[in-house]
Amino acid sequence: MGPDAIPAELPLALRRIIVGVFCSVPCALLGCYLVLRRMSLLGDAISHAVLPGIAVAFLLTGRLTGMPIVLGAMAVGVLTAVLTQTIYRFGNVPEDASLGVVFASLFAVGVILLNRAARGTDLDPDCVLYGRFELTVLETEPVLGLRLPAVLTTMVPTLALTLFFIGVFWKELKVASFDPALASAMGLNATIVHYLLMGMVAAVTVASFEAVGSILVVAMLIVPAATAQLLTDRLGSMLLLASGVAVVAAVFGHLLSAEALFDSQMSAMMAVVAGAQFVLAVLFAPRYGVLSKILRTAQLALRIVAEDVLAALYRAEEARGAPAAAAVPAGWRGRLARWVLRRQGQVTNEAGELRLTAAGRRRAESLVRSHRLWEAYLAENIDLPLDHLHDAAERMEHYVGSELQKELEAELQRPGLDPHGKPIPPSQG
Amino acid sequence: MTDDLLGALYARFGYNTLVVLAGTSLLGACAGLVGCFAVLRRRALTGDALAHAALPGLCLAFLVVGERSLPVLLAGAFLVGLLGTTCITLLRRWTRIKEDAAIGVVLSVFFALGLILRLAIQRSPATSDRAGLDAFLLGQAATMKAADVQLVGVAALGCLLVVLLFYKEFRLVAFDPEFAAAQGWPAVRLDLLLMGLIALTVVIGLPAVGVVLIAALLILPGAAARFWTDRLGPMLALAAVFGFCTGLVGSYLSSLFARLPTGPVIILVGTVVFLVSVLFAPRRGAVARALAQRCFRREVEERTLLRVLFDLAEPEWPHAAPILPERILERKAWSGRHLDRVLAAAAADGYLARDPAGHVVLTERGLERALQVVRGHRLWELYLTEYPEQAGATADLGNESVESVLPEDVIAALRARLSDTGRWPGLPGAQHIREAR
Repeated sequence: MGPDAIPAELPLALRRIIVGVFCSVPCALLGCYLVLRRMSLLGDAISHAVLPGIAVAFLLTGRLTGMPIVLGAMAVGVLTAVLTQTIYRFGNVPEDASLGVVFASLFAVGVILLNRAARGTDLDPDCVLYGRFELTVLETEPVLGLRLPAVLTTMVPTLALTLFFIGVFWKELKVASFDPALASAMGLNATIVHYLLMGMVAAVTVASFEAVGSILVVAMLIVPAATAQLLTDRLGSMLLLASGVAVVAAVFGHLLSAEALFDSQMSAMMAVVAGAQFVLAVLFAPRYGVLSKILRTAQLALRIVAEDVLAALYRAEEARGAPAAAAVPAGWRGRLARWVLRRQGQVTNEAGELRLTAAGRRRAESLVRSHRLWEAYLAENIDLPLDHLHDAAERMEHYVGSELQKELEAELQRPGLDPHGKPIPPSQG
Repeated sequence: MTDDLLGALYARFGYNTLVVLAGTSLLGACAGLVGCFAVLRRRALTGDALAHAALPGLCLAFLVVGERSLPVLLAGAFLVGLLGTTCITLLRRWTRIKEDAAIGVVLSVFFALGLILRLAIQRSPATSDRAGLDAFLLGQAATMKAADVQLVGVAALGCLLVVLLFYKEFRLVAFDPEFAAAQGWPAVRLDLLLMGLIALTVVIGLPAVGVVLIAALLILPGAAARFWTDRLGPMLALAAVFGFCTGLVGSYLSSLFARLPTGPVIILVGTVVFLVSVLFAPRRGAVARALAQRCFRREVEERTLLRVLFDLAEPEWPHAAPILPERILERKAWSGRHLDRVLAAAAADGYLARDPAGHVVLTERGLERALQVVRGHRLWELYLTEYPEQAGATADLGNESVESVLPEDVIAALRARLSDTGRWPGLPGAQHIREAR
């Protein structure tokens, strides 16, 4: 390459995705701590409050971001948190309202300043809300033999700083997020960590500001973290998942906002894609998703009905001394339960009537055993009249497993009969 | 006379501006009033979420109707805004997501959806000019037509009337919903009514203040009023007045700068009102508190000085000998300048005099006062030594004397103890000196 050669330029799509990733991942990481500490709205406030600083910087330098401003923003972040605390304590204003006062007024100042500063330039003042993503990917600089978007010179160090911050303060952040009182008791200065976190949030807001503006930064702070919270219980996984959500939001945000499809603002589309992932997590998360919970509740209900059927058949057999039919719950639950039991090989259909198989009998015996042991336990330890025992035991029998059965037996010294005089089936070894 | 006034106003401002000013003032009053209850019920940030969620509602309403008809746009904003707050409630109830994160998610995602819809409307050649949706982001009162302003004004007036009508019920529900429900009030329905009023106020504030900042207009007047009074009635009235002035001055100022959005200007005016209240409100304001603090500190210093002087003079009692200032400094670690200041203040109060050699002599008034102070101090001292666990519960440790805090028999017992140990000072002929009250 000769001295006049122009460095290669990355394809536009790649540039968009890279910028998207670099502005959303640091937000997602820090957002995890905000969400865990129930401080999402403080993050919202800080992202608005940095605006006056950005406006002043724009007045002075003509640029919306740069490393010096990022560092200055950290001071603003701390200032916002301090101001909020002051108004809350001093003015007897509830915490959320004092937050609203601080960030709204600072934001209003910032909008007005930026509006005046933007006169005569081609800056659209509304960009404070949604950034100017499309333009930032077009302004490139030569870096390491490639032409990269200029904003990356701010965003990459900010991501590095964020990772460094999280790495260095890993323990402190973890303890302070889950148990601030314990953190203080352990001598970790939870307050310092708190203010440092706020400073970092301000820094990533300012770094991403030119690309996504104030309000969509909030989306990147909160939505990936909230999504991750639904998917895992461990902090490390949460950070990874949140970053993953952010990356997916960047990729699909680009794809969906490209000219061919919606021709829309990538920053807004990124937020919407993150929101879509959130909705999916709300519904389908394996443990905490709404549908998963409904499914588990339904499975439990079905198991209970099935066990009731088995127990009823057993009692009928016991009374007659021979396999006999029993009243079975009607309706679709009863039918479904019978079908499941047949499939599990625990009942058979003989001449139109339900009979226990050997396996079914064993399971029913265990159930009845649980029931009667529990009745005995209640009768011994709680002063209940005899006719109150059955209902309680009916509910408990489904949750008494073999472990608990052994404990009950030991506690009651191997009773042979329940309080009603019925024999307690022996355990099957 | 009113005609002359109106005529003059018309001539100065023009009909349109006057109408806009009237509308935004009413809006401000309504927002201030309703906002007080919003803050009391911790609904301020839900109002913010509702406002952000309203943006897609505005866009959808426009797409449905095809033209910028404010009542339709606001109806769409209202419905989708309520959808947003419903989502927040459901997220809280059905998932492990906490309230703050739920608000944040709904706020930002709905807003982003709104931005996308808005851009689609702008880009579509058929609809672009007629939307005027940009005005709703940060507010633009100037784009409001007379009919729009009338709508806002009437709605604001309606909200005000409803609040006045249900004032007692709202007050009860705001402070103690469980008690209200237990007393048979339909607390849930009242709460819903209040929430509806908040939503309506947010929505009618959108044209003037915009999606991003309307929540602040709900909070600022009430927060400012809080500094002037503790009682709900005056606070509401004051909030309405502050809100009225904020709306009036804010939209007037922003009319002077054509290309500035009105929302930030109105909020700035509200912030100024708030800051003025924070600093200058009597009793609760920062300045008043600092002054009161300084007064109290001076008083305590004077008491301390008199006590030290008395302790130094006590061995030669009742002869009041002149005392070297340095001896005072042995007992109380003040700087020389500080001591001079305290001495000068006490001299100005007539409690002591300086003889030519610079020594300090207690006057008769000073003696009496010192006696009071010392007695009070020793009673406190004994009380806190004897009953340290009570100290935490005793409210006013700053009080000079225990008399106002403790029952008579306890004080008599303490005094007897002090007398027995020779620590209860007396002056010959001092029976006329009353105990410090």
